[in-house]
Amino acid sequence: MNLKKINIENKKIKDLIPQALTVLALLSVIIYFATNAQINMGNRGISFGFGFLNQEASFDITFSMIEYDGSYSYGRAFLVGLLNTILVSVIGIFFATIIGVVVGVSRLSDNYLIAKVAEWYVEIFRNIPLILQIFFWYFAALRALPLPENGISFNDISFLTIKGWYVPKFIWTNFNIFLLSVIAALIAIYFINSYATKQREQFGKQLPTITISLATLILIPLITFLFLGVTLTFEYPVLKKLSSTVYTYEGGVSIIPELIALALALSMYTATFIAENVRAGILGVGKGQKEAAASIGLNKNQILKLVVMPQALRIIIPPTTNQYLNLTKNSSLAAAIAYPDIVLVFAGTALMQTGRAIEIISITMLTYLSLSISISMFMNWYNKKMAIKEK
Amino acid sequence: MIKSIKTWVLVGLASLLLVACGQGGGGAGSKKSKTLDNTKKAGFVKCGVSQGLPGFSNADASGNWSGIDVDVCRAVAAAVLGDADKVKYTPLSAKERFTALTSGEIDVLARNTTWTLSRDADIGLTFVGVNFYDGQGFMVRKNSGINSVNDFKNGISACTNTGTTTELNMRDFFNSKNIKYEPIAFEKADEVVQAYDAGRCDTYTTDKSGLAAQRTKMSNPDEHKVLPETISKEPLGPVVRQGDAVWEDIVRWSLNTMIEAEEYGVNSSNASSLKDSENPAIKRLVGSEGELGAAFGLDNEWSLRIIEQVGNYGESYKKHIADTGILPNRGPNQLWTKGGILYVPPAR
Repeated sequence: MNLKKINIENKKIKDLIPQALTVLALLSVIIYFATNAQINMGNRGISFGFGFLNQEASFDITFSMIEYDGSYSYGRAFLVGLLNTILVSVIGIFFATIIGVVVGVSRLSDNYLIAKVAEWYVEIFRNIPLILQIFFWYFAALRALPLPENGISFNDISFLTIKGWYVPKFIWTNFNIFLLSVIAALIAIYFINSYATKQREQFGKQLPTITISLATLILIPLITFLFLGVTLTFEYPVLKKLSSTVYTYEGGVSIIPELIALALALSMYTATFIAENVRAGILGVGKGQKEAAASIGLNKNQILKLVVMPQALRIIIPPTTNQYLNLTKNSSLAAAIAYPDIVLVFAGTALMQTGRAIEIISITMLTYLSLSISISMFMNWYNKKMAIKEK
Repeated sequence: MIKSIKTWVLVGLASLLLVACGQGGGGAGSKKSKTLDNTKKAGFVKCGVSQGLPGFSNADASGNWSGIDVDVCRAVAAAVLGDADKVKYTPLSAKERFTALTSGEIDVLARNTTWTLSRDADIGLTFVGVNFYDGQGFMVRKNSGINSVNDFKNGISACTNTGTTTELNMRDFFNSKNIKYEPIAFEKADEVVQAYDAGRCDTYTTDKSGLAAQRTKMSNPDEHKVLPETISKEPLGPVVRQGDAVWEDIVRWSLNTMIEAEEYGVNSSNASSLKDSENPAIKRLVGSEGELGAAFGLDNEWSLRIIEQVGNYGESYKKHIADTGILPNRGPNQLWTKGGILYVPPAR
């Protein structure tokens, strides 16, 4: 008994030693490089520190989701860049997923034309380097857009021009109340859905959950408009003459062409990979599953929703997570077309103006790492949720 | 056994320490330059240039670099190695340039770089002089009806390069005029030109020499013009790493030699025949009087080689800037004796 215990402890220690040595070796390598860098920087009269983040940035940024101009700090500029990176990633992931699912399903279509078009789309867009696609959308496609004075008008409230897509601006009063009502509606929908599931499982009753949910989502916020003083008006963009041939739009919100081009390129490119994941996922569900589902009387939609998709998703989610991560990291190519993402604003302009290469590059790397890990964690959670639950 | 190993290690460490001390002591007093030694050993001058700016540093189809910035590198190579062609050029973006210099990838940065206080003092660099006095300007379309910066109105969009002083000057300028503008900053000059040419922005702003040079790249150069106003001082000059005073002096005086040579009428074709000149200043320039080269560990003909192989400043300007049609008029880049502001300390 005693002997066995000692043996186990011995084994534990034996297992630990190589690991500890590895960690030690790794640490000493890192420390070696860090001290080396410090000495070299010291020799060249470069100081190390993050104090610059509080200094005035004194450069402007085209497009910002928070209040910013050159009188704010470098730290604020970092935040602007980070938010812009997140914005284009979210837009890119959203459209890449939609296009990817549509194209992936289309490739399996019985319709020859649809299947072939989807196949060609995938083969073309996944085989051209992304940076070229970004340049294509920015310089070739957007160059085809008209100058502001001949902008493509949508009902005279929105205009698409080479300088951007001008859309009406929403002007709210009591926006907080409206936001709360939307959250309340979402919570209500959650409870309605769990109630409906219980009803179905206990009594076999099918409730029209989608209709009820939609009605809730519309009705509750509508009440705030009618009784709680929430109003919404629009500010429309208006053409403005700057000189004899120079025009721009005033008012409204301008969606800059750099954002459009980048989001377009990222989603078109990443969608091809997601499409292949979707196709693989659907093909991965055994034929017998569909036949069995049909044999118990489920209709085509129910088969897809209740039998095929839950199983296909298990195959689709992990590789699609990779694509989401790729898209986020690829968004750093923004710098090539002047979209003010974190690389252009912070690892570009701010680095240049301060000369603090090591500090800024490490902050930027850490930021991308945290972004990727967040996406990864979310997708792992979702994957677990979708995984087979053994009862 | 164990003891003997210990002793050996101790002896080894002690001798290492001694060697280290010896080196430290020797280095402090003498006129040794690590950069100069390394350059002589390598056999070429490591020079950082632009990615292509006509007149300043531009590579032709067969990869030969030329321009007035390139001539600074060539002058250093002629002085140090005796051959102006022994230069290794590294094209750098505005963003990369200082890191390349501080990390030792290059030893001279001659890349139309503006001399500012923060760059000089903050990031381990030293500016050695000015080889081109420039100023920031604006380019617009001729038919735009904009004839002066006073015609700019709220909502104007301006394209420029990121990581440059122009990006900061632009903000200062528009703020002082109380004009709301849309800044669009690209990483590479070529993309700025393309975006402006396509109509993405109403004006393109950078150094005036740059505007003149980039205009030649537009799809229709005659449709564009540079506004008369200059909104900033942009003294462009070569840069070296901080901490090697001898190397700094070599680069500084290589540039100064070219300017002084023009002042005294010494050029690439008459330099060797002026060895017996009656003017001592000229004799010092061509190396027949004084021991000026010894001050930074070079022979006495270093300046003669610069003038013979690269030419004086005026020759360089004429060849790269004036004859190429970029800026035919020398403006401030004329000698102080002829109404310009080129004035260098005497070489004596």
